[in-house]
Amino acid sequence: MTVTTQPGGPDGSTEPANSSPRPPTSDERLVHRSLPVRLLRRPELGAVVGAVALFIFFALVADSFLRPSSLSTVLYFSSTLGIMAVPVALLMIGGEFDLSTGVMVTSSALASSMFSYQMTANTWVGVGVSLLVTLAIGFFNGFMLTRTKLPSFIITLGTFLMLTGLNLGLTKLISGTVTTKSISDMEGFDSAKAVFASTLTIGSVNLQITIVWWLALVAVATWILLRTNVGNWIFAVGGGVEAARAVGVPVARTKIGLYLGVAFAAWVSGQHLLFNYDTVQSGEGVGNELIYIAAAVIGGCLLTGGYGSAVGAAVGALIFGMANKGIIYAQWDPDWFKFFLGAMLLLATLLNAWIRKRAEATR
Amino acid sequence: MAATIIAVGALAGCSSTGGKRAEEAREQAASGKANVTTPRWKFAMVTHSGDGDTYWDIVQSGAKQAAAKDNIEFLYSHDKEAGKQAQLVQTAIDKKVDGLIVTLAKPDAMKRVVKKAVKAGIPVITINSGQDVSQDFGALAHIGQDEGLAGEAVGRELNERGKKKAICLIHEQGNVGHEQRCDGIEKTFDGKVKNLYVDGTNMPGVQSSVEAKLQSDKKVDAVVTLGAPFAATAAQAKKNAGSKAEIDTFDLNDKVAAGLKDGTIGFAVDQQPYMQGYEAVDLLWLYRYNADMLGGGKPVLTGPQILTKKDAGKLEKLTKRGTR
Repeated sequence: MTVTTQPGGPDGSTEPANSSPRPPTSDERLVHRSLPVRLLRRPELGAVVGAVALFIFFALVADSFLRPSSLSTVLYFSSTLGIMAVPVALLMIGGEFDLSTGVMVTSSALASSMFSYQMTANTWVGVGVSLLVTLAIGFFNGFMLTRTKLPSFIITLGTFLMLTGLNLGLTKLISGTVTTKSISDMEGFDSAKAVFASTLTIGSVNLQITIVWWLALVAVATWILLRTNVGNWIFAVGGGVEAARAVGVPVARTKIGLYLGVAFAAWVSGQHLLFNYDTVQSGEGVGNELIYIAAAVIGGCLLTGGYGSAVGAAVGALIFGMANKGIIYAQWDPDWFKFFLGAMLLLATLLNAWIRKRAEATR
Repeated sequence: MAATIIAVGALAGCSSTGGKRAEEAREQAASGKANVTTPRWKFAMVTHSGDGDTYWDIVQSGAKQAAAKDNIEFLYSHDKEAGKQAQLVQTAIDKKVDGLIVTLAKPDAMKRVVKKAVKAGIPVITINSGQDVSQDFGALAHIGQDEGLAGEAVGRELNERGKKKAICLIHEQGNVGHEQRCDGIEKTFDGKVKNLYVDGTNMPGVQSSVEAKLQSDKKVDAVVTLGAPFAATAAQAKKNAGSKAEIDTFDLNDKVAAGLKDGTIGFAVDQQPYMQGYEAVDLLWLYRYNADMLGGGKPVLTGPQILTKKDAGKLEKLTKRGTR
């Protein structure tokens, strides 16, 4: 099975490099394309251009934007979004949504914190329990979706509301307040903090470890999408479920797997939240799910599924992060912050769409 | 994943430090039992709190403490939408409660139902918000803090500390109380105040925004957060940005108390939520028992109380048990 049989698959990505000598009646799927053309056709191209444009813009209007310390702040914020945006993008390529991602991050952090505290256990035990809990939530989403065949929008909206309630209800029931107790004096905290929330100093620049997690997730997701069978399945189920099933793609398993991927990233984000601040507010995370989806869409994912890339989602998160912090570096009137943010994102996305159209016109 | 489970299994030890066991070892919060011989009256409290607000949790625990001591059956309900809050008050009237405690965050929506309660002969005390209209509506007293006055107290404290440029960190865009606090600071502070809006439900977002602000404006020498959970986050941002700004905050929690102690937080201004709950129940009891009332028609203020390093020691214990 080749990837190009699906509508909107990643052009040329899994083609054999040597398609010559070509038979006279050449199959259009096997046409060899030059590198620049292949790059132009990548879904993330528009987003990359948008990101570069935004970067140049803020470099010009904000004096302090270009400092290494400022860029590291922008990268930190982008990475906290990007860790989630990458698996969310994969899920959207697979044709589904997840509205529970924002609060799932909080659930994961709460599970870890409260288990460690209440059991007076080593924090790593809590971290492990939290992984199981979060994966179970992801599995629940995927299982309900594939079983009931209801739209993922409704299923995960239900999960979103239930988790929001559980986050508050359980935290109050167990901790007595709406915030978890600090676990910073417990065994294993320092090593877990090193893994999830430490700062790496390179030269004079401090980089948060979330940036490493982010890049690693992008690399793994890109490899899965472009170099494995699973990647082909993801594009296939997003392009058309029935067609995918007809050619033997395990649709249910693929979708459940995608939700598990989202849950894994939520676990990473949740542990960062916990170990960075050592207490967790139970009301956190509401609204972030839309930002993750937005980052994926800015990065070239289609809302209808079957098209997009992990790199694109990462760049989308970077665009969102740059716009969000750039406005502060530029010292514009804070009352208008949200307006500027919306306008920036719209402009970057318009540029993105325009470039994609031009790139397709070169076909 | 399998590797993680194995790793967790291998580590499956207990922590010899911190955690629940340490908490249990600490002294217990005082819990009261009824010390009075009055009948078991029923008091209702209806607030405009959203779900999961630390602040209202403390108000509630104060009210419950007073209820336990005064032999009161205490009913609590809340809704952040004014219309629904009014319905909850109506429910309390229908239950024929012996006293009503209510917040007036949006007075116009609450006016009719509060007057109805007064007309039905239920003694009403307003707390936290609505001090301007409390008397008009027929409430016996108002217990709370004037947000503007609290801001002014912060402004004066900043002057005393020789600050020149402050950031007022607003974590909920469009919240009237938040704007009043920042305006209050501006009124008394001799330096400059700039507002910064952040999204309170996204902590890394809050942190990076404060970082960005401090990196872009090196003249900022004070950051005032409007809620206790954001003070520690702002302190972390300050560290990352290499700024010398002082972090100050409205309200209190255990991390703020710890911050006051180790100097990462300059001062906190508290409105003593525990007192708002406790006093409201206790005053209603006094009114029922002895027809007493405090305040003489003027609001009874529970704040602003400025807390600094010298208060930190005793506060730490109290915040941990959730009463400050």
